[in-house]
Amino acid sequence: MSPDDRRPFPPGSYPVVVVGSGPGGLQTSYCLRRLGVDHAVISADEEPGGMFRRFPLFQRLITWTKPYAPVERGTREYERYDWNSLLGDEPAHRAILPPLMDGTSYFPSRPEMEAGIRRFTEVAGVPVRFGCVWERTARDEATGGFVLGTSDGEYRTGVAIFAVGMTEPWTAPIPGLDGATHYVDVRPAAHYVDKRVFVVGKRNSGFEIADGLLPVARQVILGSPRPARLSIMVHSTAAARARYLQPYEDHVLAGGTLVLDVSIDRVERSGDGWRVFAAGTTRPGDFVFDVDEVIAATGFRTPLGDLADLGVAGFFDGGRLPRQTPFWESPTVPGIYFAGNVTQGSIGMKKYGTPSNSAAVHGFRYNARVLAEHVAAKHFGVERERPPVPREELVGYLLQEATTAPELWNQQSYLTRVVESDPAVGPVDGGIAPLEAFVDDRHGVDAVAVAVETDATGDIHPAVYVRRGGRVDEHLLPSDPQHDFTGGDHRAQLESVLGDLAG
Amino acid sequence: MAAPNEIVDQLSGSVLFSDLPRPQLEEVAHSIEEQWFSEGQRVLRQGFTGSGLYFIVEGEVAVEIDGQERARLGRGEYFGEVSVLLGEPPVADVVATGPLRVLVLPEPEAEAFLKAHPSVMYRMMQAQARRLRAANLFRG
Repeated sequence: MSPDDRRPFPPGSYPVVVVGSGPGGLQTSYCLRRLGVDHAVISADEEPGGMFRRFPLFQRLITWTKPYAPVERGTREYERYDWNSLLGDEPAHRAILPPLMDGTSYFPSRPEMEAGIRRFTEVAGVPVRFGCVWERTARDEATGGFVLGTSDGEYRTGVAIFAVGMTEPWTAPIPGLDGATHYVDVRPAAHYVDKRVFVVGKRNSGFEIADGLLPVARQVILGSPRPARLSIMVHSTAAARARYLQPYEDHVLAGGTLVLDVSIDRVERSGDGWRVFAAGTTRPGDFVFDVDEVIAATGFRTPLGDLADLGVAGFFDGGRLPRQTPFWESPTVPGIYFAGNVTQGSIGMKKYGTPSNSAAVHGFRYNARVLAEHVAAKHFGVERERPPVPREELVGYLLQEATTAPELWNQQSYLTRVVESDPAVGPVDGGIAPLEAFVDDRHGVDAVAVAVETDATGDIHPAVYVRRGGRVDEHLLPSDPQHDFTGGDHRAQLESVLGDLAG
Repeated sequence: MAAPNEIVDQLSGSVLFSDLPRPQLEEVAHSIEEQWFSEGQRVLRQGFTGSGLYFIVEGEVAVEIDGQERARLGRGEYFGEVSVLLGEPPVADVVATGPLRVLVLPEPEAEAFLKAHPSVMYRMMQAQARRLRAANLFRG
């Protein structure tokens, strides 16, 4: 570190240290700063953007940003249609991505996304110490906090927030597969011209590769034990997205592509190519495939460094994600938090098996705001304002939130709008909170929370959770073909559910 | 030789899945998800929709109705099946009594799963029959 180093946040003591300069770290820093919580942001990268500096591999996102939407661009409601801009508290900080898109697709290109994140840091002023590599972590015995050893020196803090992305390549433990190409190392499509390619994995990354290779490959075979799950069938962005389904249609119409349910026993080199040994799962039978290339689209893990030595516990395939509380804190090492797509490890209610959108920007950007509020309150005594909600407006307010709140739509069954009953002033706005934290808080004041949920049939409806005397009951309201829950029927039902809370 | 997979090993050791050949166990392992819960965390919630079928891999749970503990379940046991089979919200809370690791099959997938794996359904019926017998003996 040279004496004329002008980078912000030199090593030292900070109330909070955020690690990472992808959308998760930047959103968390922005929200902490707005709450007046002093902190440092350090990043191993040289530029903002995180994973979007390199991925998706075929250079276009699967999350949309609609330049023209049913509501005005730049409003809070518009966030529901713009999944990729970071959140801003001021108009100039909002909806930054749409003007940077060239209009050819409502899925931003990777360079457009990267440019949008960079623009956000410039416009909103989110300083980062780049080129500062987090290398090790230890307990600060003197304070009970943590010491983060970095390439620039030591950072001491009571609260460390890791927004390091679930971005480290992970190869399924199939004998021989570690010698094959991982998704992150897939070469340009031209390399696969007239080749037979076996893709291990039938999630989005597998289908993305298959889709990218359709114009060039002689044959693409996708194989994994479980049948492909399609977003339009299971109502979740975690399943294979519609825009990658061309390989699936090719398979269904017998065009040459194969999408197989197989358990792969092993993968071996064979001459210049590979041999894949597999057994059918949904349909018994043994297979041997001779192919030119094998690609492991088996996912990612979180680069948690030495956090396990500190006691941070992981889960999912031997620890690909850290375990987290509903407020994204390590349950085994309090004071260690996570932001960004790692927050998918805080599973929440997962009603009907539908995961949150915490793996994507449009989900975790809201987690970041809730996390910042939680850290500010818990560690620094900065309580959010709780403005009164006039009793006569309570029903209308909750139904309006269910109809338009981007937090509730983008994080269904995961984040909720809370209104608490304050004995002195009546209903007060308790803000956005994790639904799981609300329903399992048996000691909280009487309150109501509204969420948006999709059930097993795909029906999208508001769900109302009422806490009285420590007991929380669930009440489902009906759906609406236009997703407008503000009409008379919904009002009447919610009034009946709320009873004295609204009376 | 099958690929090493800890969840597959866990499943093959439980009575419920003991009849499945290895490839099918792999499919099951990829169809159900691992979740962890801390002490005191609720896994099933009385009266809440959209739950699932849970298999305990590590740890123990308490079954509570209206706050009263009624039973404890441990490693190798499962819960949520009544709610999933009847399509109704659970009639009890299920709470982790310590660190708990479970495998989860969400309600929307349970019916197709059980129909696709009759041997699992048969083992489940045996378990229900034993519970019924025990309940009848207790009554008698």
